[in-house]
Amino acid sequence: MKFTWFHLMPYRFLPEDFKEKYHSVWVDIPRKLYDPKLGHQLYNDYLDQLEFADQMGYDGLGVNEHHQNAYGLMPSPNLMAAALTRRTRNANIVVLGNSIALYNPPIRVAEEFAMLDVLSGGRLVAGFPVGTSMDTNFCYGEVPATIREKYYEAHELIIKAWEAKDVFSFNGKYTKLRYVNLWPKPLQQPRPPIWIPGGGSLETYDFCADHDYQYSFLSFLGYLAGKKVADGYWEVMAKKGKELNPYSMGFAQVVAVAETDAQAEKDYGPHFDYFYNRCLHVYQGFADAPGYRTVKTIKAGMLGQVGDRAALRREGLTWKDFVEQGYVIAGSPKTVREQLREAMKHLNCGHLMMLMQIGSMPPELVRKNTELFATEVMPYVRDLWSEYQDRWSPKRMPQAEIAVPAPVHFETGRGNGAARAKTGAQAETRSSK
Amino acid sequence: MITTHSSQNGKYSIELHTFGKSGDPLLFIHGAGGLTGVDGFLEDLGRDFRVFAPQFPGYAESTGETNIDDVVDAALFFHQLMDELGIPTANIVGHSMGGMLAAEVAALDIHRAKKLVLAAPAGFWLDANPIPDLFAAQLDEIAALLFHDPKSPGAQLMTTIPTDFKALETMYVERVKRFATASKFLWPIPDRGLKKRAYRIAAPTLLIWGESDRLIPPIYAKEFTSRIKNSKVEMIKEAGHMLMYEQPEAFVKAVRGFLKS
Repeated sequence: MKFTWFHLMPYRFLPEDFKEKYHSVWVDIPRKLYDPKLGHQLYNDYLDQLEFADQMGYDGLGVNEHHQNAYGLMPSPNLMAAALTRRTRNANIVVLGNSIALYNPPIRVAEEFAMLDVLSGGRLVAGFPVGTSMDTNFCYGEVPATIREKYYEAHELIIKAWEAKDVFSFNGKYTKLRYVNLWPKPLQQPRPPIWIPGGGSLETYDFCADHDYQYSFLSFLGYLAGKKVADGYWEVMAKKGKELNPYSMGFAQVVAVAETDAQAEKDYGPHFDYFYNRCLHVYQGFADAPGYRTVKTIKAGMLGQVGDRAALRREGLTWKDFVEQGYVIAGSPKTVREQLREAMKHLNCGHLMMLMQIGSMPPELVRKNTELFATEVMPYVRDLWSEYQDRWSPKRMPQAEIAVPAPVHFETGRGNGAARAKTGAQAETRSSK
Repeated sequence: MITTHSSQNGKYSIELHTFGKSGDPLLFIHGAGGLTGVDGFLEDLGRDFRVFAPQFPGYAESTGETNIDDVVDAALFFHQLMDELGIPTANIVGHSMGGMLAAEVAALDIHRAKKLVLAAPAGFWLDANPIPDLFAAQLDEIAALLFHDPKSPGAQLMTTIPTDFKALETMYVERVKRFATASKFLWPIPDRGLKKRAYRIAAPTLLIWGESDRLIPPIYAKEFTSRIKNSKVEMIKEAGHMLMYEQPEAFVKAVRGFLKS
């Protein structure tokens, strides 16, 4: 069993009456609600949390891409991943991922992922989501009817750019390039492992099965509701004669550990409420642009996770309901161990994407959750699926060969100007030699 | 009468609604919502014209939408369809998105339109008068955007949510299909460069607008009249964006009057 500590990086300071007073947490959320000074502290807290997870022995550190929202503050997850490469040593950097249809040309993604892979010593997992409808259609203006076609073309180009031995030309419908010649190339050869985050689109199962990619089901409905999607995926895998290896599937799950079950409710309940009622308060009209999901998927009854209809299913649920319905795996270490093992077996899942900071959770609580899980739960669930080989994790450089950042020394009480003056003087000296 | 027309050797299968047996041919190009199946104004126009009203590819039973990427593809589709139907030149009437496409049909080949009627057409964008986002609107909001009187029976008919699950699913899937196709011309902003081409339109042109159009406000008429040489505007009272459904008599009267003059 592998554990990825996954951060959404939400904005923690939305007002109490956010749901009543504001239209949507995504797309048209008022800019006045964002305070960059608080944001500065948030980003740094969040990076601290991921770095701490690395110290605590989690297998992966997860970041992802969203736009114009307070649910997740990473328009560019690659920037966060880059920051993480310098102060972490063990965990894989799971960028889940870049919405490749949004980049023009999409080799930008191939380049940045190659940079991250080289920088991290081959610790990168490359994720290629289509992206939510809010992000891609409403914020980035992509035509819903053609976004999937554009996505597949971008994927073809990126893979080719990574794997090609020589310069090549690419004559696509959406991208035309005379010279494709990727510098730098990824450290993992021919390419980093690819995980495809999905939300239940039927086409994604086939896509993963056909390319031997890992399918990451990113849902917040919990493992019981996630069963339908997992079953759909395994059915496709079986039909295509693929190995039903649990490591070819990832699943996102909110996990909250405390000393006792009662303490877990007390600690995490309010933040959970913040997550569902503020972070997921998405206007229905933005949830699912016409054409974003295929008719085939709609007819299969795959329901959206955001918007009124999803909110309605959660209406009036108590903490107890959330726990019982599997939205959250929470409680004492013993409770979490048992439920987690059952959940992962239930889904046949080997890669757990753990949401351990959720909604308004403050740093000290995140630290407690991270530490308790690592010491009191992880060792007891580790053995699950040990009979399988994980072919979807990075093939990194040996630990001893990974470069170590030089120590830095900050002098207190020194302003920017003074620091600059000093470096300037040094630069002059050097150039005059 | 509804027939199936196979276009371009089966590349498209088109659900074709026709009205009337005699008179000048009239091609009607519907808006983003498509023909409703209860389109009384077309039947009315059928008394004086031979009306051809195809459901656009991707709408209702019409197929072949993956062959169309942009407004040029769409205009060429109509040129070809007109040839196949034996009406290489016709009066062309387009509504909303269909108005935008009708203008493209007439601009890209100036011999296609004998006369042109653009009813609340899309195709332009004014920063000072942004067009509301119909794609994000929910059914209860749609009625207010499309109709002068959202409580009127016509408005209710088009925007009521069926209670039967199967009917609801059918309606939802059909809406997704239609709007997905429309998104190729309208998403995220309904401007695909008509401003560069509109000067080519040679046919006498009538702009017809509902006075209380809240989707594409009447101020947009000027974008057309300032670029189309032989054009004029007629306003319809107590009508919103769906003017031909809300005030069918006034609409038909204006169209007939213009085409017959």
